[in-house]
Amino acid sequence: MALLFTEHLYETVSVILFGIGFTTLLLNRNLIKKIIGLNIMDTAVYLFLASMGYIEGRVAPIVVNNVTDMEVYINPVPSGLVLTGIVVSVSVTALMLALTIRLYRRYGTLDIDRITALAKGEQE
Amino acid sequence: MAFIQNVPFFSIILSMVSGIVSSVLKRNAARRVTLALATAVLILNSMLTVFIFRTGESYTYMMGHFPAPWGNEIRAGLLESVMACCFALIMLLSLLGGLHKVDLQINEHKQNLYFIMADLMLASLLALVYTNDSFTAYVFIEINTIAACALIMSRQNGHCLVAATKYMIMNLLASGLLLMALTFLYGLTGHLLMSNIRESVQALHESGQYNTALTVVVVLITVSLCIKSALFPFHEWLPDAYGYSTPASAAMLSSLISKSYLFLLIKIYYRVFGLEVVRMSGITNILFLFGALGMILGSVSAIRERDIRRMVAFSSVAQIGYIYMALGLGTKEGTAAAIFHMIVHAAAKSMLFLSSSGLIDVSGDIKQFRPLRGSGYRNIPAGVAFTVGALSMVGVPLMGGFLSKMYVASSALSIGGMKAVIVLAGLGISTILNTVYFLHTVISIYRPNKDAVPACEKPDTLSGIALWAMAAFNVLLGTFSVPLYNAIRTGLDMFA
Repeated sequence: MALLFTEHLYETVSVILFGIGFTTLLLNRNLIKKIIGLNIMDTAVYLFLASMGYIEGRVAPIVVNNVTDMEVYINPVPSGLVLTGIVVSVSVTALMLALTIRLYRRYGTLDIDRITALAKGEQE
Repeated sequence: MAFIQNVPFFSIILSMVSGIVSSVLKRNAARRVTLALATAVLILNSMLTVFIFRTGESYTYMMGHFPAPWGNEIRAGLLESVMACCFALIMLLSLLGGLHKVDLQINEHKQNLYFIMADLMLASLLALVYTNDSFTAYVFIEINTIAACALIMSRQNGHCLVAATKYMIMNLLASGLLLMALTFLYGLTGHLLMSNIRESVQALHESGQYNTALTVVVVLITVSLCIKSALFPFHEWLPDAYGYSTPASAAMLSSLISKSYLFLLIKIYYRVFGLEVVRMSGITNILFLFGALGMILGSVSAIRERDIRRMVAFSSVAQIGYIYMALGLGTKEGTAAAIFHMIVHAAAKSMLFLSSSGLIDVSGDIKQFRPLRGSGYRNIPAGVAFTVGALSMVGVPLMGGFLSKMYVASSALSIGGMKAVIVLAGLGISTILNTVYFLHTVISIYRPNKDAVPACEKPDTLSGIALWAMAAFNVLLGTFSVPLYNAIRTGLDMFA
């Protein structure tokens, strides 16, 4: 158990953050807070990936001074995945925010339960 | 390498380019581009299917300049190309059938955006079908989600906005779980390509290392794709999303998008973990249980529904239940039956959504059952198409639905034991329930109407033609399905 916080601190923290983000996105009724939860959740995964790719005592995988020895650099693949993931989460966040604006203009509230109730009463 | 082997890559890139080009086109041009695209993808992939059938071998296709463990790959086998053909054909017919309503329900100046989303959806469907890289699959899942959300909200009324928001929230939760699972899997195996992961997973499984971690990964991936394809306890977003969006969207969502996630799940089971690891994790039993529950409870909700389109939507929950139950048998026969039912359900459900909207149109735009009386005479293609779809979903002999039920039952019997009993009982009960709500509807659309029929426009010719074509496709699936089923079996053998 103690190993989780000494050896695998980053992984443990990122999984806890993931849980926080996940529950916020699932359970919070406020749409903006849901979006914040989404971002916490995604960022937690990026922390996990970044910590997985990092190797103690090595440098970023950018070739300078023609050093091509593999032992000098960290694993570049997880960093690439993080970049891709960031692009994805930016676009879904933008879409969610756009939807939230539309809903707020129409119903004047950010509470998803109230919005659902208001929409039920509407004619199609 | 034969030229035809470029088809998977060409069809994906063609779909993306059409999407980009459509953004500067007027609505009619964008529409033509999309229809031409679906036709082109259909033709190209049928040629590829014939090619793979002749050579009898699957192949991988290197994307970019880096070979296997580093670069990205596409893989094409018989199953993939058959699925791509079915997706393209159903998309083409759904769009043709729904064009008239798209014209009416979507803002004139924004219609080209609708077709961009349809193009992107096709691109992501094809990528999910063909990709051999787990992270690429994740990225295209997100594109698929965004496209699907846009297709739902394109008819900008309150119901659709709320449905799209709910759809997004559930799908984002699922995407988060999937990303986490793929991260874990990368940490465990050090690979992203499915075939390389498979080797490492096999080695881990044999050495007995990290069994718990592997189980967690299997469970996370399964749960995430179950949420996305609306397996029973996660189906809450489905009825609104399918029931209120424009009919073409509902048809494409129910028949293509949910099926692409199912196909990806099957692909991951066979190509990433191997069936042994999946069975070891015990997840198949859970899928089996929830599939059987969904099959019954989805039908019960459908019976209680008084709105015809939401009834068809709830019937989707039941049919997804069938597919998961067949998958949950955990054998190759079961999976083949599941894939066959995926195709049958995709063909029938898109037709049901389009025809029910056609029936509503000639009944004064009310979705209740009473005004629908006699609508089968007022819109003949919609009536016939609805009847064919209903018969197929109920499982009348000579229809696709009957064959898939038979395949599920026979693969359950070959396992025997408790599962076989549950499958047979479940199939029996759900057939009765399906009969109750589908035949009730069919009878009511052909019952003579004594009330005054509200004046309404004549049914659209183009959607009539599309509905006839869909009905013919469904009948064909039921009567000449042996080659298709054999192709699925061969394709599954190529998978492992």
